[in-house]
Amino acid sequence: MCLGIPAKVTRIDASKQGKVDYLGTKVKVDFSLLEDIRPGDWVIVHAGFAITRLDEEEAQETLSLLREILQAQGE
Amino acid sequence: MPGPMKELRDGSITHALLGRIGSKTSGLEQPVRIMEVCGTHTMTIHRYGLKTLLEEAGVDMVSGPGCPVCITPNEVHEACIDLVTKRESLILASFGDMTRVPTGKGSLQTAIPAPSSRVKIVYSPEEALALAKANPAKEVVFFGVGFETTIPGIALTVKRAADEGVPNFSTLSALWLIPPALRAILQAGETAISGFLYPGHVSAIIGLEPYRFIAEEYGVPGAVAGFEPNDILLGVSAILDQIAEGRPGVHLEYGRVVNPRGNPLAQAVMAEMLELRDAFWRGLGRIPRSGLGLKERYGAYDARVKLALSIREGSEDLPGCRCGEVLRGLISPPQCPLFGKRCGPDSPFGPCMVSFEGACFIYHKYDRTRGSE
Ligand code: SF4
Repeated sequence: MCLGIPAKVTRIDASKQGKVDYLGTKVKVDFSLLEDIRPGDWVIVHAGFAITRLDEEEAQETLSLLREILQAQGE
Repeated sequence: MPGPMKELRDGSITHALLGRIGSKTSGLEQPVRIMEVCGTHTMTIHRYGLKTLLEEAGVDMVSGPGCPVCITPNEVHEACIDLVTKRESLILASFGDMTRVPTGKGSLQTAIPAPSSRVKIVYSPEEALALAKANPAKEVVFFGVGFETTIPGIALTVKRAADEGVPNFSTLSALWLIPPALRAILQAGETAISGFLYPGHVSAIIGLEPYRFIAEEYGVPGAVAGFEPNDILLGVSAILDQIAEGRPGVHLEYGRVVNPRGNPLAQAVMAEMLELRDAFWRGLGRIPRSGLGLKERYGAYDARVKLALSIREGSEDLPGCRCGEVLRGLISPPQCPLFGKRCGPDSPFGPCMVSFEGACFIYHKYDRTRGSE
């Protein structure tokens, strides 16, 4: 029931119903638990509801941390 | 971006991280034992072989109560079986894995429903509500089981049913809160825990504050981590730093998904619809204020009230099943004598072998050959 993989928002209507692309499959999702969601955002979906949105800056931070660790290893 | 990030699974980064972890543990005097409290973490740890790799790096990972289906005690599963076998014109809507949990009365899958009743598998609470609208002559009872991740969706669905006045929809809910369960585990003190890997998506709802007491009152470090292998290693690494520095805290590794304050809309709908209850957990027993139930004014949507159910708590596991000890982190699944013998994924003897999030299921799938330790 708890899927760790993010899904990309493809459609959302005025009543906060819409769809995401989840690993290539279109899935119906309720966005009522989130504010200001737009197509193109990445979300985590759980039992039919989007429960959180991914933060680009934070993702970049984790990425650079991981790359640093790899570089330090190579030196 | 920020979709799937391949660096989170990159093998050379995994090895670099394991190297760092190894040098951190070699400087510590005590053995390190970290409990993960989310079935999806357990899954990643075993799927990518991290259990063994971390062991070699000096960290013992142990699974805790991270599977909602597993910690829901038999009496609740039995109440659902009673509903659909003894009452007419009832549809019991349930997530799939709950229908396979074996009890003294069989499972929802093996039980024979009353002639005009049936069990229907759903993927979301909204689907159950839609079922009620499509079947006005039947009572649709949604078997709502979950942690903080699932609870807001259930609360919102009941709110909609109440707003729209759907008369034939109710929920038999078993809603569990992670932080009080962790307090119960620490208080029992049966298993030495050097740190907690906190569940990523529960935390996306509740934020970091609800774990603070674990660091402050019990001096136990922790980290909220994501579900990719390198997420988990970053989390473990942060816990080791807290141990080395003697500064327990709540580290956030999964910032891309978890806001430190959690999800305010989800918290609001939970506060509006639900109130704290004492709850009885499989393995852990009765824990004060560790569950949520619908507020009294929503009694018309609470199957326990509406259908006057009296569910007597404290039913035992099936004799021989040691799921309760697995959930407390006292034994690892292969130590159960039935593991892989009388109990396997095709014929589960206990709930920890049924659910994809159950420790026995996950060990059986990925670590069967490790044997009993
Ligand atoms: S292996 Fe089966 S019987 Fe043993 S504890 Fe796990 S679920 Fe119960």
